[in-house]
Amino acid sequence: FCVCVFVVSRSYADFTPQATFDIKKCEVHRLEEGPAGKAELTREQGLQYYRTMQTIRRMELRADQLYKQKIIRGFCHLYDGQEACAVGIESAINPSDHLITAYRSHGYTYTRGVSVKEILAELTGRKGGVAKGKGGSMHMYAPHFYGGNGIVGAQIPLGAGIALACQYQGNNQVCVTLYGDGAANQGQLFESFNMAALWKLPCIFICENNRYGMGTSVERASASTDYYMRGDFIPGIRVDGMDVLCVREATKFAADHCRAGKGPIVMELQTYRYHGHSMSDPGVSYRTREEIQEVRSKSDPISLLKERMLSSNMASAEEFKVIDVEIRKEVEEAAQFATSDPEPPLEELCNHIFYNEAPIEVRGTNPWSKLKSVS
Amino acid sequence: MAALRCFLRSGKGAVSVLLRRELHATAPASAQVMVRDALNQAMDEELERDERVFLLGEEVAQYDGAYKVSRGLWKKYGDKRIIDTPITEVMCDSVLAPPPQAGLRPICEFMTFNFSMQAIDQVINSAAKTYYMSAGLQPVPIVFRGPNGASAGVAAQHSQCFAAWYGHCPGLKVISPWSAEDCKGLLKSAIRDDNPVVFLENELMYGVPFEMSEEAQSKDFTIPIGKAKIERPGSHITLVSHSRFVGHCLDAAAVLAKEGIECEVINLRTIRPLDVECIEGSVMKTNHLVTVEGGWPQFGVGAEICARIMEGPAFNYLDAPAVRVTGVDIPMPYAKILEDNSIPQIKDIIFSVKKTLNV
Repeated sequence: FCVCVFVVSRSYADFTPQATFDIKKCEVHRLEEGPAGKAELTREQGLQYYRTMQTIRRMELRADQLYKQKIIRGFCHLYDGQEACAVGIESAINPSDHLITAYRSHGYTYTRGVSVKEILAELTGRKGGVAKGKGGSMHMYAPHFYGGNGIVGAQIPLGAGIALACQYQGNNQVCVTLYGDGAANQGQLFESFNMAALWKLPCIFICENNRYGMGTSVERASASTDYYMRGDFIPGIRVDGMDVLCVREATKFAADHCRAGKGPIVMELQTYRYHGHSMSDPGVSYRTREEIQEVRSKSDPISLLKERMLSSNMASAEEFKVIDVEIRKEVEEAAQFATSDPEPPLEELCNHIFYNEAPIEVRGTNPWSKLKSVS
Repeated sequence: MAALRCFLRSGKGAVSVLLRRELHATAPASAQVMVRDALNQAMDEELERDERVFLLGEEVAQYDGAYKVSRGLWKKYGDKRIIDTPITEVMCDSVLAPPPQAGLRPICEFMTFNFSMQAIDQVINSAAKTYYMSAGLQPVPIVFRGPNGASAGVAAQHSQCFAAWYGHCPGLKVISPWSAEDCKGLLKSAIRDDNPVVFLENELMYGVPFEMSEEAQSKDFTIPIGKAKIERPGSHITLVSHSRFVGHCLDAAAVLAKEGIECEVINLRTIRPLDVECIEGSVMKTNHLVTVEGGWPQFGVGAEICARIMEGPAFNYLDAPAVRVTGVDIPMPYAKILEDNSIPQIKDIIFSVKKTLNV
């Protein structure tokens, strides 16, 4: 991301254009040193991070409502609480880099460039959705964003494969491959670690440790909860995932590591989700409400950033309110669209089976039902 | 006959298969090419043609391939294009790449398709379904190839036929070639295809030579995916098969011809999409159908063919129920006598034909 940019705007001449903040030092594994303990933030960046995180927050909460109204069906895994991860990562990589994650993907879908409107419409299964209503919550894609994957852990080897493609093409791009604390015990993660390290693939393996795999706490699932060390021969960093600046600095560090040809690196983001695992999980049978409340009041990523900026006089409370109002409006309009847009037409049921192919016939539910599939 | 079968089984096909010669017209400048070499040629030509194509798998590079199918490729193309992987099927087939314009076109070799079960989630859930789930945003141009089905004395865990398993899934193309020409033309088409293709070879066929016409030897020779081939025209009964058992059908047809029964032998070439029109056209001519496959009977390729014939116009032309000749419904045993009796033999095909024709 860019070096200091002094933003001086006439009407906001009173505000501090840039400040340096202390961030939590990362624990490191197999590294001489980790990211610096300080991060610079410009006013412009701060407002942008705030806006993005808040948009994700509001979008997820609106999805929660739509789900309870039964307008969204099936699976819905919400990201509220973890916003600093998606925003911090995106701020440290280029749009030309690649990213793949698992099913808790709405936040990344947004940071990778899909509009709130297209995300919500995909959740409600409408033709205006980013996957035309055919994918749903877990299957949203964008350029250089490979979803959205429903099988726990399956996205990890895919991410390593994308990193292989980057290396093959010599394009100096990296692939950010995300997984959770639950997936961290999957065999395919270790297969991917081996190959990425063996071939020095430019892959940043990021474990979003939100402390619970569905309803199983990390202590009950993992023999070792030091997820940043689980890569064994791969260097690792443990990061405060509730602090967007900490995530950003760590990701920058990791991306530099990969681009320098040093091979893969593991990052563990210590984060938290306010919602249950999915909308069918109230989220309180395996953890206490007090715990959730405590994180909300002491470590909320959006509040943390806001307080930092306010206390350094980088922005005013009114500005944040204005942003909030704008976001609310954007999300509301998106929700309106998502509820009013029509469902995909039945004629398109069989489309997109194959790419770059002449139309084919597809058997319907009975032998007389002959449907058409267009590429 | 037994000696011939022995040759076919062991794959030491230095001797041409006599029965084949009379069926393939010897064109000018045609040559005897082994299936293994045809596959090698196909990959070599496609690697040369498109920089984005590369091969990865266990022992494909320095070892020249577990079955020597990729012999010489690593010497020619080097580490970047021919990649030895550790024993990790999941990772092997997860080389999902960015869209074709910017992305890569991997050929992923499974040492045998039995090992693909370790990674079948990726083949189905990450490869086959992705273009559909993304509504056209994320195509997956990848080829999964390797030997499929029974070999010789490799026992239960190494002998399964996966044609039906992969053939079940939308989003995949599944090819099961028989001859050298099939292998070359179809593998080239598979590599050029922008979609996930499962290419089921057969280990016992690798060493079998076939006549290949000059045309088939050319660098641009491709065979369209989804089209079957009538290897032997006939008028009394239709035999439909894929892979190695096409040869068995032709052998059976030769024996039956001496008794005045003319079999039409169809080589499916592609399992998915199935060339139903070809089968229907044939059945409407011969009025009798026997399918032959190495896989297990239940929910298999033959079962699908029979169902489709029932549902289509050819049903009214059948003079007898369509039947399937399949592998025995058991895990593959080891002892030779048991193994020999676990897969369709030529006598089983002859028997089924005569029963169907009621002779």
